[in-house]
Amino acid sequence: MAETNGNYNVIGTRPVRHDGVDKVTGRAIYGVDAHMPGMLWGQVLRSPHAHARILSIDTSRAEALEGVHAVMTAADLPDPGAGVAEANESGLQSKRYKSASLMARDKVLFEGHPIAAVAATNRHVAEEALELIDVEYELLPVVLDVREAMQPDAPLLLDDLHMDTGGELADEPSNIASRTIHEEGDIEAGFAAADRVFEGEYTMSMVHQGYIEPHNALAYWSADGHLRVECSSQGQFGIRSELADHLQWPISKINVFPSEIGGGFGGKTTIYLEPLAAVLSRKSGRPVKLTMSRSDILRATGPAPGGYAWVKIGITNEGRITAAQAMFAFEAGGYPGSAVGAACLCAFGPYKLTDFRIDGYDVVVNMPKSHAYRAPGAPQGEFAVDSLVDEICEEMGFDRLEFRAMNASEEGDLRANGTRYHCIGNHEVIEAARTSDHWRSAIGSAPGRQRGRGIASGFWMNGGGMSTAVAQLNADGTVTLREGSVDIGGTRTSVAMQAAETLGIPVEDVDPIVPDTDSIAFTGVTGGSRVTFATGWAAIEAARDLKQQMIDGLADHWDVASESIAADEDGTFRQNGETVSFKEAAGILDGDDLRLVGSATVVPEGSGNTFAIHIADVDVDLETGKVDVVRYTAIQDAGTAIYPPYVEGQMEGGVAQGIGWALTEEYVYDDEGHMRNVSLLDYRMPTTLDVPMIESIIVEVPNPGHPYGARGVGEVPIVPPLAAITNAIADATGARMRDLPASPPKVQAAIAALDSD
Amino acid sequence: MATEILSGKVHVNTTINGESTDFLAEPRESLLEVLRETLGLTGAKEGCNDGNCGACNVIMDGRLVNSCCVLAVEASGADVTTIEGIAGPSGLHPLQEKFLEHAALQCGVCTPGFLVSAKAMLDENPNPTEDEVRWWLAGNLCRCTGYDKIVRAVLDAAASMRGEG
Repeated sequence: MAETNGNYNVIGTRPVRHDGVDKVTGRAIYGVDAHMPGMLWGQVLRSPHAHARILSIDTSRAEALEGVHAVMTAADLPDPGAGVAEANESGLQSKRYKSASLMARDKVLFEGHPIAAVAATNRHVAEEALELIDVEYELLPVVLDVREAMQPDAPLLLDDLHMDTGGELADEPSNIASRTIHEEGDIEAGFAAADRVFEGEYTMSMVHQGYIEPHNALAYWSADGHLRVECSSQGQFGIRSELADHLQWPISKINVFPSEIGGGFGGKTTIYLEPLAAVLSRKSGRPVKLTMSRSDILRATGPAPGGYAWVKIGITNEGRITAAQAMFAFEAGGYPGSAVGAACLCAFGPYKLTDFRIDGYDVVVNMPKSHAYRAPGAPQGEFAVDSLVDEICEEMGFDRLEFRAMNASEEGDLRANGTRYHCIGNHEVIEAARTSDHWRSAIGSAPGRQRGRGIASGFWMNGGGMSTAVAQLNADGTVTLREGSVDIGGTRTSVAMQAAETLGIPVEDVDPIVPDTDSIAFTGVTGGSRVTFATGWAAIEAARDLKQQMIDGLADHWDVASESIAADEDGTFRQNGETVSFKEAAGILDGDDLRLVGSATVVPEGSGNTFAIHIADVDVDLETGKVDVVRYTAIQDAGTAIYPPYVEGQMEGGVAQGIGWALTEEYVYDDEGHMRNVSLLDYRMPTTLDVPMIESIIVEVPNPGHPYGARGVGEVPIVPPLAAITNAIADATGARMRDLPASPPKVQAAIAALDSD
Repeated sequence: MATEILSGKVHVNTTINGESTDFLAEPRESLLEVLRETLGLTGAKEGCNDGNCGACNVIMDGRLVNSCCVLAVEASGADVTTIEGIAGPSGLHPLQEKFLEHAALQCGVCTPGFLVSAKAMLDENPNPTEDEVRWWLAGNLCRCTGYDKIVRAVLDAAASMRGEG
């Protein structure tokens, strides 16, 4: 059972993070900074077409260029076999499709699809070599819209793709990779019991995670067959297993070094450049480094899917939901595997449902293969559901928070996947919203603008999975903590804090290190909001193991039974009137020639779902349609907040990404499938001028499934902003924005349409 | 051949973080490329290579620049400050201290650019308002923090440097 809030020595405090000084002085080595002696630079030739058959590739002129050491194409990648592999947070993915997405074999399916790669003495020579590769294409018709792609006469991307419905394959191929259905109760009876039934249709653009550090890989394939890869990723073990699949090479001969990572948000949980760098290294006999340009990142990595949503909700006059139905069709990109499944599972998460049906379609289109982006699928789903909820409240005159309180999912209620909620903080979050300064404050006004307030809810499942930690006692009483999770934003410290708490020592006396795959046992991806929960738990168990070994060692030293030694919360050990501090104990054990290492690999379940409510005030310029977010409050259950400044940081960062998703970020394509906004000037992420100070309210409903009550926190903050902001626009202007982003031209048009009604 | 002209190397003498520095650069190489690849100063990051993210910002002759948009040969005779030159021998710069204290970084890859931009601002304006801080830092993209803690850290550092902290 979880211990209750507060009364911890380390947990809940605000220490400076262990990697902080390196990161504010420019000393931290990120993947893009990696270097090896004799290193070559690689570049990737990419398709200028979104859908085409490759008729021929001739690399001979590039190979002849001085300074070029190796050229590769898909012919250099082995067949990974017919199986599927876990694509972190994106479900299962066909290995053959993944291989074809790494480098096109017979067809290109999106603009930027890799065709060939070159390694040369420097990046400029490599770039010149790309221009000497001759490729002949036969252009094919392009399909970009999910609803068009689902039509029987749509151009087919993959002629071996048959819609999978619960394991049953359709006879004819189509662009629909799968259909998932979640159904409970009797929706017809549920809708019949409603006094009113509301429906809405929603569309949204593909959006990118927008991490600032480009993808990168430095590989050295030694003559003895050992492959060393250094790259920034959200999990060195996932990179290793994908490399093993796509190079058909044993994992024992692949060592992946996790460098510092400059943002990922789900987008760095898979391989792009790593196998190409490896093959180029094998062919050249030299280390090879590849990095991506920003335009390649936007065009050809794994954004979050856009798509189509339809929602239907039945309501009684008292405001109770009687039945709910939804259909989501998401842009998987060129190969199957969008986050539509999670959208289905999360969209109605904040609400109590008994009779529902949710259908999800995973649809291939000539866009980059989508991948995980922070709470994958949930923001899109919640945007649709909470837009309709807002409309219901407006039409029927319900208070938006009271409606949520009345219909809130709670312990024992059914989830979309057919399981039931355990201890959750949904009501506590609603209550914290109700008592927040923001909710109780007047909306105010701005001259020449229309101001409005919107709220929306959010739900995320949170992940568990396998994690490893190793706690090594040093002679001076400090502890070196090896932990397997890549630290993407402060988790070295949130994990070390849990070890420190368990050992009763200051967190400054714990030195957390994230090792390579040869140096620690398996640990899952840094994703699913799992690190502080699962790797933290591994650190707790490793610390407990170490503590017991210290007790046993002291028992030998004092020649007493281990059971007679008490270990206090402040790290002291006592027996029969004698007390030694943790540091003194370490000295005694060192003097006895004991070298103690505690370790643990855990696979915790019970990660505990999390809920959020966001409140947004916006000003709308009626003339231009520009929307400014002027006040924002994020409320969220974090379970026990292990490392509060970084819980707040997750909330604030999720809000900013959500503001971009709601208002400015989109994939703009021409009819031939060329992305037209491939720079960070035109793919418009929020700047300091687009985001206000963000009020973060942490609600702590300890998770009974974790020793200190932690829940995952990183993902749910991106779920509510989309609808919170569009609901605020509706409140300000009366215009309902059902197509994201709510960019100025669309807002202006929606307001104009109201005037003409 | 255009390529031969482009790859002919030019001798450049410049001052980097107070130290006289010589390097050879191809005319097509950016200052960022030379800092990172030739001089090993990898604190400045390449986030976009077209002046939109600010991760590569350095101060050149008192002016904040995107080092990806400056040719290395243009640094001839210039005085360049990079993130590696912000901390003094006796310890961190107040901006660095406040970034740590306020948890104003998550992944940290944009942090060098923000610190250099903030330093350039404080060199000019030691008493900025929140709006002025936001205006100065609008050329730096951060995808992790939502900027809240960054803006607070810069305001707090400014106050502490004025002796008010």
